[in-house]
Amino acid sequence: MSTTHAETVDGALPHEPEKATLEGRNKVLSFWLFLGGEAVLFGTLFATFLALRNQTNEGPTAGELFQLPMTAAATLILLVSSLTSVFAVQAMHRHKVAALRVWLMITVLLGLGFLGLEIYEFAEYVRAEKFGMTTSAFSSAFYTLVGFHGAHVAFGVLWISVLIGQLYKKGLTVVTAPKVYVSAMYWHFIDVVWVFIFTVVYLLGKVG
Amino acid sequence: MAHAHSVKRHKGLMDWLTTVDHKKIAILYLLAGGLFFGIGGIEAVLIRLQLIKPMNDFVSAQTFNELITMHGTTMIFLGVMPVIFALMNAVIPLQIGARDVAFPFLNSLGFWTFLFGGILLNLSWIMGGAPDAGWTAYTPLSTTTYSTTHGVDFYTVGLQIAGLGTLIGGINFLATIITMRAPGMSFMRMPMFTWTSFITSAMILFAFPAITVGLVLLSFDRILGANFFEVANGGNPVLWQHIFWIFGHPEVYILILPAFGVISEVIPTFARKRLFGYSSMVFATILIAFLGFMVWAHHMFTTGLGPVANALFSIATMLIAVPTGIKIFNWLFTMWGGQIRFTSPNLFAIGFIPTFVMGGVTGVMLASAPADFQFHDTYFVVAHFHYVIVGGLVSGLLSGLHYWWPKMFGRMLNESLGKLSFWFFIIGFHLTFFVQHFLGLMGMQRRVFTYLPNQGFDTLNMVSTIGAILMGIGILIFLINAIVTATKPKGVADDPWEDGRTLEWAIPSPPPEYNFKQIPLVRGIDALWKEKMAGNKGMTPAEPLGPIHMPSPTILPFVMSVGIFIAGLGFMFSKEQFSNSFMSLIFNNWIVVIIGLLITFGSMLLRSLYDDHGWHIEVDELDEEGVKA
Ligand code: HEM
Ligand SMILES: [Cu+2]
Repeated sequence: MSTTHAETVDGALPHEPEKATLEGRNKVLSFWLFLGGEAVLFGTLFATFLALRNQTNEGPTAGELFQLPMTAAATLILLVSSLTSVFAVQAMHRHKVAALRVWLMITVLLGLGFLGLEIYEFAEYVRAEKFGMTTSAFSSAFYTLVGFHGAHVAFGVLWISVLIGQLYKKGLTVVTAPKVYVSAMYWHFIDVVWVFIFTVVYLLGKVG
Repeated sequence: MAHAHSVKRHKGLMDWLTTVDHKKIAILYLLAGGLFFGIGGIEAVLIRLQLIKPMNDFVSAQTFNELITMHGTTMIFLGVMPVIFALMNAVIPLQIGARDVAFPFLNSLGFWTFLFGGILLNLSWIMGGAPDAGWTAYTPLSTTTYSTTHGVDFYTVGLQIAGLGTLIGGINFLATIITMRAPGMSFMRMPMFTWTSFITSAMILFAFPAITVGLVLLSFDRILGANFFEVANGGNPVLWQHIFWIFGHPEVYILILPAFGVISEVIPTFARKRLFGYSSMVFATILIAFLGFMVWAHHMFTTGLGPVANALFSIATMLIAVPTGIKIFNWLFTMWGGQIRFTSPNLFAIGFIPTFVMGGVTGVMLASAPADFQFHDTYFVVAHFHYVIVGGLVSGLLSGLHYWWPKMFGRMLNESLGKLSFWFFIIGFHLTFFVQHFLGLMGMQRRVFTYLPNQGFDTLNMVSTIGAILMGIGILIFLINAIVTATKPKGVADDPWEDGRTLEWAIPSPPPEYNFKQIPLVRGIDALWKEKMAGNKGMTPAEPLGPIHMPSPTILPFVMSVGIFIAGLGFMFSKEQFSNSFMSLIFNNWIVVIIGLLITFGSMLLRSLYDDHGWHIEVDELDEEGVKA
């Protein structure tokens, strides 16, 4: 891996390159704001799900459907990917571009693993359990909430992949650093949302 | 003015499609808002013509439903919202002493998504019928069982896209106001219009995602056969009402707060007095926003939430009258003992106060749950919200437009025409809506397409329609004023009202594209007034003269919005049965949606891959432009 970029920028870059410019600081600030809006978005989806989760319309119920071992595995994968994105940001703060790229790649791979499990899960529900979008109010709420989260993961995977490419081409600069930082914020956010989904949808579904 | 600084310059139409300058985006918002406002106004006149006499058959019942739905939706989402954004764009960066907003690119993206969402919604008129379930689109009326055309699909998808633009704009202004203020401008030195826009942007951020989800759920029910609101399959129609109003009530304060801000700028300027109770004004604004999120169920008193919930929401609603009252008294005390000049902006501002108070009073009446069982869904409610929205918000916007017109366009609107339009507007307004209180109390329901004679409704409806026509004339005079003014030469002074208090009046009208040659140093509330009182000629600069960095124009926001527009249309018609096999191929296999999304995400990718380094205006060019005529 080429280290030339890292060497040329290393001396010039401050410790937190993501906050070195006004543009960078604006980006980080407004991404926090954006996540506030996202929280309302998922909050509304959660409220909808809670209101409709027992309306199974004689279709499969949560207790019948969910396989906790598989969801627990998905949870673990996503939690670890959050940790690897922390390592990525730490590498960035130490200006280690190569390590940064590796940690981001691991994050992307874990994200893909999570998505694979989710797609498999949905496909099984539709195929084996005849549980589709139109089955019941519960099914609609389930697919919309979990699917919205899944779409967020998919977008994150694409986004971070593009950033890895940029890190190869442009190296770590005051322009690329805020992008990496903000994508890590995003990734943590969807991780937190998943923790709520695991609790409210899956655990509560098994118990209630 | 128009000499080229750099090869990146575009001319004519391309300039407008690619601009990232907040002052030009303000004009775009104003034009688009004016267009939709005109469409919504024509719809309003048609509604009133249908209701002018009992048993009228000027339009059919179905057309009437489409007209009222599109009138409400257009006015709220596509008419007044963009005019608010026009003023925010035109004024806020200037008021805080900034050269631009935090994200010029997103600013332009917000505008174009808004515009394409609005166009999509209005295409419904020529593509098989407009939405017909009311601007609130209550389920089950808005489900495919009762609303069989694509109308409501245009509503869900169009508003979704337009709402995205609004959300982007809100985040942009939050960031702008937090980080881009000139040195010395602390939060408690910000002009009130900036304050109220700041709070409005925060409310947009927390309210719009809720309606986004609501619209997604409704479109999934209608297009993908989901069951959120289908009672037969376990869905719950009241859920829609909750989601809609959790957004909807904050939305009405999103609308009114900027108008409060305009009034708080105009009244002190023309009373030649500092705003009375500045800090209580700030506090009241924050309190209104906070309470605004806790009162949504006052729209649902008759839904059957139970006495405890109704009582709590009643009380919370009535509480809002307290901070609102604080504001009213502050404006009155500002005028008290001032040297008032009755210019056209000030007429609109002064007209605002009693009119808005009347709307507030009926609001508190409606807030009493037992009484609301009588008022609900009658013309009394129609009168209430038109008093606050038209008599309040629209007056406020007209005041702001007359006030900042010279700053935006470099030309003063004609004062006589301005005053004439004010009198037509305010007399027409009260004629139209005052009588509707009584129609409601007498039992005339809202949203009915006609009524039987001899119930005491006939004369009052006739009066109301005549009032609507007068109000329309008032708006037309304003339009004529704008056109006449556009033909006059530019060249008004920096501070054409002579008593300007805030930073926007310290720079040329219209401002150069970089706004401030040198960022000013702010030494108190009403920064410019303070310097005037100290006998200084203008603001003290906070930085030496230097080259100014500018963002490059770009077509990407426009292209991204076109992509979303295409994807939206594709989604709407994805389950349609086409007679043409090519159409079914591309729509039923989601090909159109994919093409649209590829355009949008592709543009995002381009934006991410190619850094915008912008360009510089050099010092010698600044001097050339800085010399005032
Ligand atoms: C003191 C302040 C206010 C109070 C106490 C208040 C109270 C209410 C209540 C209780 C209703 C429900 C009536 C019903 O449907 O039976 C209502 C409706 C409405 N209010 Fe207000 N309001 C206030 C200010 C405002 C403002 C400032 C706006 C907008 C700028 C506004 C816009 C509306 C609209 C649009 C509706 C009707 C929505 C619909 O059903 O189509 N209100 N208001
Ligand atoms: Cu309300």
